[in-house]
Amino acid sequence: MTSSTLQPAITVLPSKKTPIILTAIAVIVFFCFGLMGNSQSAHFALNSAGDAFKLPELVFPGKASNIVIGLLLIAAAVYSWLQRKKSKTLATWIIALAAILFVLAFLIWVVAGADITTISLASLLAGAVVLAVPLVFGSLSGVLCERAGVVNIAIEGQLLGGAFTAALVSSLTKNAFAGLIAAGIAGALVSLILALFSIKYLVNQIIVGVVLNVLVSGITGFLFTTVMQEDPELYNSPAHLPVIEIPLLSAIPVIGPILFKQSVIGYLMYLAVFIVWFGLFKTKWGLRVRAVGEHPKAADTLGIKVNRTRFWNVTLGGIVAGIGGSFFTLVAIDSFTKEISGGRGFIALAAVIFGRWNPIGAFLAALLFGFADNLQVILTIIGTPVPSQFMAMMPYLVTIFAVAGLVGRSRGPAAAGEPYVKE
Amino acid sequence: MSDTKSPVIPDSDKPGNDLFKQITQGPGLVSVLGVIVALVIGGLLIAVTDQKVAETAGYLFARPADFFAEVWRAATESYVALFNGAVYNSTQGFKPFLETLTVSTPLICAGLGVAVAFRAGLFNIGAQGQIIIGSVLAGYVGFAWHLPVVLHLLLVIVFGLIGGAIWGGIVGLLKAKTGAHEVILTIMFNYVALYLIDYLMNTQAFRRPGETNPISPILDTTATFPAVPGSRLHLGFVMAVLLVILVSWMFKRSTIGFEFRAVGHNPEAAKTAGINVARSTIIAMALAGALAGAAGVAQVAGTEKVLTNGIAGSLGFDAITVALLGRSTPWGTFFAGLLFGAFQAGAVNMQITTGTPIDIVSVVQSLIVLFIAAPPLVKAIFGMNRKKKRSPKLETTQAGAK
Repeated sequence: MTSSTLQPAITVLPSKKTPIILTAIAVIVFFCFGLMGNSQSAHFALNSAGDAFKLPELVFPGKASNIVIGLLLIAAAVYSWLQRKKSKTLATWIIALAAILFVLAFLIWVVAGADITTISLASLLAGAVVLAVPLVFGSLSGVLCERAGVVNIAIEGQLLGGAFTAALVSSLTKNAFAGLIAAGIAGALVSLILALFSIKYLVNQIIVGVVLNVLVSGITGFLFTTVMQEDPELYNSPAHLPVIEIPLLSAIPVIGPILFKQSVIGYLMYLAVFIVWFGLFKTKWGLRVRAVGEHPKAADTLGIKVNRTRFWNVTLGGIVAGIGGSFFTLVAIDSFTKEISGGRGFIALAAVIFGRWNPIGAFLAALLFGFADNLQVILTIIGTPVPSQFMAMMPYLVTIFAVAGLVGRSRGPAAAGEPYVKE
Repeated sequence: MSDTKSPVIPDSDKPGNDLFKQITQGPGLVSVLGVIVALVIGGLLIAVTDQKVAETAGYLFARPADFFAEVWRAATESYVALFNGAVYNSTQGFKPFLETLTVSTPLICAGLGVAVAFRAGLFNIGAQGQIIIGSVLAGYVGFAWHLPVVLHLLLVIVFGLIGGAIWGGIVGLLKAKTGAHEVILTIMFNYVALYLIDYLMNTQAFRRPGETNPISPILDTTATFPAVPGSRLHLGFVMAVLLVILVSWMFKRSTIGFEFRAVGHNPEAAKTAGINVARSTIIAMALAGALAGAAGVAQVAGTEKVLTNGIAGSLGFDAITVALLGRSTPWGTFFAGLLFGAFQAGAVNMQITTGTPIDIVSVVQSLIVLFIAAPPLVKAIFGMNRKKKRSPKLETTQAGAK
């Protein structure tokens, strides 16, 4: 968290990293996925049950299409080297396009080489969004905290606490909405401990975060065994949030189920992303929060209450992550089990960084990770040569590349991790 | 943390001369009180979920004495069972203590790894991954190669250390070269290691022939630590003690130890003084990884004698609490490892005899660390905040994490 770790390297020419990465990607796609790829065709079905109209299946001949994509990527790589020579930075859309092409090439390669050469793109995407919901809420929590200068490693604990409390309260009250609210409160409680120790007692924020994860895991595990398992009927059979289908709109192929066939939490997710983005970047409140996260001393000089801002942001982050955690027990899974969040809080943390501390970036990163997660499941079913464990590794490897600066530079709020003491 | 912070970790490892001062005024007393508060809260949690306590709570106002007696019983019963399983009981004598030593061996090694990184100003959350990679290499050498006595075990240890060192060293390298934050890197490397071992355990090379579960062949007897007859305690504990002594010597006497401390205190100043910060970062992370790798060796060649997916358990995260409780000093880590080892060994007995779930140990452990990290809070609980005027900054432990 020192400033020294975040200092950009001083170079005259733009960094070689992007051209190198692009070249590597192009070579992999052209040779491995293209020339050495399987000549079978990959089929992507676009329809799912209940669609209003039929779309044709997308068919890509494995070898040929990847050679074409490979050539496109090689062109992009050459262009990036030329741009670098002219000391110009590469346009972001080219990098984004290259990334999309790479994912497409990978999909075609994997599916064409599998035992079953058809996958449903519609359910792949819909499933990805479902898996991404807790990640999105978790990453929003991370964004809210870190933008105010508090590192939140405790996302995992907030998700887990939310999931547990939602299950318990929803079971007791037989009301899923009560569970939802309780989950928010539970997340806020975890946040309060984080805020108390890191803001008031100036304990290292990372220490508090790490320890809180263990604490929440311990408490929920303990109560799960002593309370929930004693009488699962009473304590661990949560009422579920219904899936609300918007008529007509939900029948649009591919995007219908993603946008218009969600649980309340799913719709809340879209709303929360927008609100956090709007709040942080378009309001006076957001400007203050960001000032506190970047330069607390300057913010203080201007009369912004640094620690109060941090306190409320951390609390808000806890509420958001708690609600995200309730998705596990109120929508996705029937009842609470130990460690139900299964490390997704850490993927959410990765999404924060990969999304460059921006709510929309974090949202897209979480979607990408959800996509990788779901792809792994589907690929295991269709029987591909790529071991599922390597697919599961993807989010983490991508994050390592991201923080190591290989995919553009990622720089967090300057004061994140540093307690503020008024002098 | 900012670069110009007050003492991060106690400088001296000398126990003797200022021990009295530390116990009476310093963090010593606060540590003990922190442990007590954590145990009390854990006890309350046990009592709250106890059946009989709930019954007596029904007539609390009629007979309050019953209620409090039950609360006391529920809490103490569990802790007594814990003590019986960890240190001494009337039927087995001190035999349970051998189990405590066994459980604490990897905790001490991995805790040292976290502590060394702390001292160098690095936050090593990656002990988990380093343990996994260390135990994979050590385990593989142990069951796939067949070598003479002594040499085999030595190679197992060396490969375990190398595995951990590589996994930690990559993080150090990435941090030094690209400025990526080690906390994020180590968390991510933990998961990569987790999926890597999951993959490996499903390959021909690692899975036991004729077995469908991901479990490796049993390690050769030449590859395992000799054990104390009648218990699981093995020579790995001696290795742990030697490592403690080695790290202690390193910090006190060696140049590299001095460099670590200098960089940990203030990287800018260290740089000005001519210390190669990048080099120090890489070596510190590699060394931290090697120590965590030693924990992997202790697990695979000592306690378990077989490689599985769950070889590291939650050791990597417990190691962080151990290092924090030990205030990142080698001997502090040693005793913290013993304490948490006792908790974990005793918790097994506790769960069997009183039905108190093992999870209570994580609760108590994490509470201990929280309280010890915030001495002002403990002092406030015990009404010790007399000299109020002092800046809270001076009283706060900010172990590691630069």
